[in-house]
Amino acid sequence: MDDHRSDQLRRLPLHDLHVARGARMVPFAGWEMPVQYDGGVMAEHLHTRTAASLFDVSHMGQVLLRPRNGLDHLTLGLEALVPADIASLPEGRQRYALLTDDSGGIRDDIMVTHRGDHLLLVVNASMREADLAHLRDGLGDSQVEEVADRALLALQGPGAAAALEGVTEGIGRLRFMEARTVPWADAELWISRSGYTGEDGFEISVPRRAAEAFAAAILSHPDVRLAGLGARDSLRLEAGLCLYSQDIDRTTSPVEAGLGWSIGKARRVGGVRAGGFPGADRILRQLERGPRRVRVGLRPEGRAPMRAGTEILAAQGHVGRITSGGFGPSVQAPVAMGYVDVALSAPGTPLLGKVRGQDLPVVVAPLPFVPHSFQR
Amino acid sequence: MKFTEDHEWLRAEGDDLVVVGITEHAAKELGDIVFVELPEIEAMVAHGDEVVVIESVKAASDILAPIDGEIVEVNSKLTENPGLVNADPLGAGWFLKIRVDDLAVLDDFMDEDEYQDMIS
Repeated sequence: MDDHRSDQLRRLPLHDLHVARGARMVPFAGWEMPVQYDGGVMAEHLHTRTAASLFDVSHMGQVLLRPRNGLDHLTLGLEALVPADIASLPEGRQRYALLTDDSGGIRDDIMVTHRGDHLLLVVNASMREADLAHLRDGLGDSQVEEVADRALLALQGPGAAAALEGVTEGIGRLRFMEARTVPWADAELWISRSGYTGEDGFEISVPRRAAEAFAAAILSHPDVRLAGLGARDSLRLEAGLCLYSQDIDRTTSPVEAGLGWSIGKARRVGGVRAGGFPGADRILRQLERGPRRVRVGLRPEGRAPMRAGTEILAAQGHVGRITSGGFGPSVQAPVAMGYVDVALSAPGTPLLGKVRGQDLPVVVAPLPFVPHSFQR
Repeated sequence: MKFTEDHEWLRAEGDDLVVVGITEHAAKELGDIVFVELPEIEAMVAHGDEVVVIESVKAASDILAPIDGEIVEVNSKLTENPGLVNADPLGAGWFLKIRVDDLAVLDDFMDEDEYQDMIS
């Protein structure tokens, strides 16, 4: 094996558990990550939609923001970096937010949780260093602290609540995007009802020293199996959810990406705290007038998947590109997302995708491909 | 049955045909196969030509022609049921049949013991 490269990769707190349970480990964003276990991606994907799967997402960055001049000052400081409404976020609630840049692009997509006297952010693995620097730069008078001693697990699927109830009773009362601190054994769990598969589920931050025992407790439930990054990717694609650096990045605006819903009313034109975030002029103008191109769902008509990078064509030539694509195990057909000219973005619009030199038919489709089943 | 370093198997059929598929090891490594693109029959191929595209849930990969010859038959069942490659890679999951001048070309490839040594 390639020992040199392995030395450079960071290992998950649950590394040994993954290997013992048959994980195939691959490098991803600087980490050695389980891409699948013995059953394969398809089985893990389908099991998540019908029962429950445990994903290790400890590669994602957990960042605590602690105020030095009061929480209000901190939330307003964060609002200078994101277009989401953070000031109105109640304690015990979580919100999806975008770090934007001055030209209206997206630096990262993050989750923000109000934890009483501080905020908890979860950021993408590939962006954690850049985000930390950006946050420290922008929130100079607050403490920006990376959480280094916790694992992050996602329990996802219709059986997730029942399985987690067996470990921490009462957690099923939590609603979608609510968060709570729960004692378990002698550890403190930070649990939110959220995830990135389109299914009901939870994300659980657990201290490193308790991670293995906690994972074993969850996995002892007969409905719960481990699932890897491969299934996580096909699940989020079917759910129409963006993967940072693929579907969204510095070249895509929140409005083009169809993420305008994450811009709070208070932050829009006419709102009480309108603008004031990087790229606000461009983003708010786009929100009013509409973008020139937009992210859409795409269904290839044949069986050949259309992968990221596939060129999209119409009669007039190049009209866009696929940013995520593959086979949807629940849809039982290839599915994709990409950006096309807004005039061609209506569901049902017939287009072509260039696959291995051939122009193959593909149709614009509504997102998500599989309905969300969040417990609101 | 003979084996290539690219994890294909080759089996002689009749006087001048070679059936080509991929090994169990390859099918497992590729994961769930969701699409197979097969070549035109009657096409002449040379060793190393791309003849089949396989797409798994994860990625696309190519199967290269292991020998020179004419493609005389393809397993069209794979078009509708690509999962046959995972379910029965050495049997119902075969890809194509190549007509060769001389079956002696098979002598150059690994036998099963040699192949097992290579992947272990």
